[in-house]
Amino acid sequence: MSNTVLPDSSPLPGRRLKRLMSDYPLVPLILLLVLLVAVLQAMRPGIVNPAWIATTIKFAIPLAILAGCQTMVMLTGGIDLSVGTVATMAAFIVATQGVHHDPGVAIAIALVPALLIGLFNGIGIGVFRVHPLIMTLGTGLIGTGFLQVYQRTVISTGTAVPPSLAWLGTGLSYGVPNALLLFVPVAAFILFLLNRTGFGRLLYAVGDNEHAARLSGVRYWQVILTLYVLSALLAGIAGLLYIGLIKSASLSLAEPLVLPSVAAAVIGGTSIFGGRGGYTGTIIGALILRVLITLLTVMQIAEGARQILFGLIVLLVTAAYLRIIEDR
Amino acid sequence: MTTDPILIARGVAKHYGAVAALRDAALSVLPGEVHALMGANGAGKSTLVKILTGAVRPSAGSILIRGREHTVRSPAEARRAGLVSVYQEPSLIPDLDVLANLRLTDTPLEPFRTFVEELGVPDLDLSETARDIPLAVLRVLDLARALAIEPDVLLLDEMTAALPANLAERVLDVVRRQSRSGRSVIFISHRFIEIQALCDRATILRDGETVGVVDIEPGIEERIVELMLGAKVEKSRIKAAGIGASAKPAGPARLGVQHLQVGTKLNDVSFDLANGEVAGVVALEGQGQDELFGVLAGSIRPSGGEVLVDGARVSFAHPADAIRAGIAYVPGDRSEALLGHRSVRENIALPFSARLRNWGPIDMRREQLTVLKAIERLQIDTRAQREVQRLSGGNQQKVTIARWVASDARTILCFDPTRGIDVGTKRQIYQLMRELASQGHSVLYYTSELEEVQLVCDRAIVIFGGRVVDILPVELADEAALTRAAYGLPREAAPVATEAGMQDGAGAP
Repeated sequence: MSNTVLPDSSPLPGRRLKRLMSDYPLVPLILLLVLLVAVLQAMRPGIVNPAWIATTIKFAIPLAILAGCQTMVMLTGGIDLSVGTVATMAAFIVATQGVHHDPGVAIAIALVPALLIGLFNGIGIGVFRVHPLIMTLGTGLIGTGFLQVYQRTVISTGTAVPPSLAWLGTGLSYGVPNALLLFVPVAAFILFLLNRTGFGRLLYAVGDNEHAARLSGVRYWQVILTLYVLSALLAGIAGLLYIGLIKSASLSLAEPLVLPSVAAAVIGGTSIFGGRGGYTGTIIGALILRVLITLLTVMQIAEGARQILFGLIVLLVTAAYLRIIEDR
Repeated sequence: MTTDPILIARGVAKHYGAVAALRDAALSVLPGEVHALMGANGAGKSTLVKILTGAVRPSAGSILIRGREHTVRSPAEARRAGLVSVYQEPSLIPDLDVLANLRLTDTPLEPFRTFVEELGVPDLDLSETARDIPLAVLRVLDLARALAIEPDVLLLDEMTAALPANLAERVLDVVRRQSRSGRSVIFISHRFIEIQALCDRATILRDGETVGVVDIEPGIEERIVELMLGAKVEKSRIKAAGIGASAKPAGPARLGVQHLQVGTKLNDVSFDLANGEVAGVVALEGQGQDELFGVLAGSIRPSGGEVLVDGARVSFAHPADAIRAGIAYVPGDRSEALLGHRSVRENIALPFSARLRNWGPIDMRREQLTVLKAIERLQIDTRAQREVQRLSGGNQQKVTIARWVASDARTILCFDPTRGIDVGTKRQIYQLMRELASQGHSVLYYTSELEEVQLVCDRAIVIFGGRVVDILPVELADEAALTRAAYGLPREAAPVATEAGMQDGAGAP
């Protein structure tokens, strides 16, 4: 741990490679992504074409946004399990309110629960020091409950996904997914936030050593409250995009994305214990997961076996990756 | 000596890697004797105690109990051999009630109750959870539990430190009675008054070696202090250089502390820290210095008294409040201050982002310049700057200080900043402190290495038992004088009276 690093003049080749990986942790991730695509192409020649790439990206984007929530939250040593509920609520509400209101108004209404759940999470975790896992699990369940109550009141109205969301979610322009119009600014925002703003610095600081941050004058609750509100709003936005992609509202629409969003952040090199990681890795992590899903689908094996394999691969990749980038 | 010693330790040594915590310690305790074990911070007292009670295995040496050699492998084994200790920290399990705690250690109940009453706690409820019992009573219960086992040798480590005067008196009575009934007590204390009143002999440790065994008699304190310090006494006298001679600017003090109180840990502490001054704080371990720094840094709320900054009253609820008032705290433990996985740059720049209004985009070029200036000024070796945890201890320490140099904090509280770092870095830190002072910054500098006071400080504030017992001008603050003061002894009268007279007004209460 406390070893001073000496300028290594003639290390072993393996060790040197490790140093390189440790200094550029994205390199092995990109290599893995390329490898998976190559394997896919080898198994089913011709499958890797522009249409497939566009579809993969379209499905990776909502996952990558939710994984962005996880990345920021995990940097502080937390986790946000309520993102699935928040995204589902936003999606379901926009689809039902879209019947009566303008898309703009429906979207605004749809993001209110996101704001509330974010505030609730932030106050519970930042002020009352409830463990993030418990807090967000609880608010997620509460949100699902409210959504069921809400569903009763709109059961006769039916749903209407705003066409603009459908265009954004599924549409292609010149073969490029329109969703990128939303994702590129969102990703740029998160990257800028993490690397170039005071708030981003504090996320890393709080996760690395909360006591040290406190001694430097950082007020924990301010950081945490802002963070969880931000995370919930992003999750809401991801939900809006997802309903545009799936086009069929349900009460558990985005729930299956929750654990993959954690997995994408972890595969991307963000430490679940806080203080280390970044969003670029997470984006690649989300792509890796999507490619992996295609790969397992192509293999035409039973659903159960596929899930087992998926879990095993995620586990192996994460463990191996951490081994590679930890330069100890 | 007609009787044979009940406990003999010979040539005891303990090495942790290359570091020797104990090199050649010897101790011999007679039946029915109260034997004091003394030594400055880091002399090896606690290591010797841990070895005697089986908590730590010695690297060398032998321990004889009643003339037979014993290898004490665990506290339970020590207890079977008749050796029981009461440590500095309460040892009851907080979540169990008293009765369950007693059962855990097979303590006989009746004698325990009798001792508890004798020690001045008449109405103890055995079903009370240990967590809810006040610290002073917990200490008494620990002692009663040890006594109830009827040990041949009882080892008391700073037993009276957390006790109010009336309970402490009772404890001393019980210990005395214990020795009259032929049992032995090893007594560790920083209070000469207690040792004078209680003990028959004292063994003195210095740098991991036993340097003397003395009979306790009136006036023996001088001899004991001499033994604890060794040859350093003569040497350091010469060093009294006049670095503190610079004239103090007028106006209100940068930092004023008035009648400060923190529970039982800090009592009526008052002193001023002037603009451009480095004031040393000297105290034995656990005399309230942690609480003092905690209050000034905004981590602990005082229970009484006032803190003034530039003459205005302040009250800190969070370190952020202290920082806003220009007070920065460099903790003694570097790991409390550093973001181990982050870069040197981010560590130094951390306070810049702390306030809500600085959460926005960072001016990277300006930050770079500020940080580089601080790095240069402290001569931080940045070869491994990507992760602070890869730096050497000395460089890490520099980063914790550089952070506040870069933030231009007007007042810096340094808690033992040179602990465990190399000599070269130490010198750089001394020099930096003097530079900061000459630029008008004020520094409160706690140190456990007494020779630093004359190298760095303008004055030395000595704290003992939660009170300021003396404020020494730097000319007088050599190691001998500081050690005496730190043990609560009055100043040596003869050679220094004239000089001391000038500043004595602020001194001893």
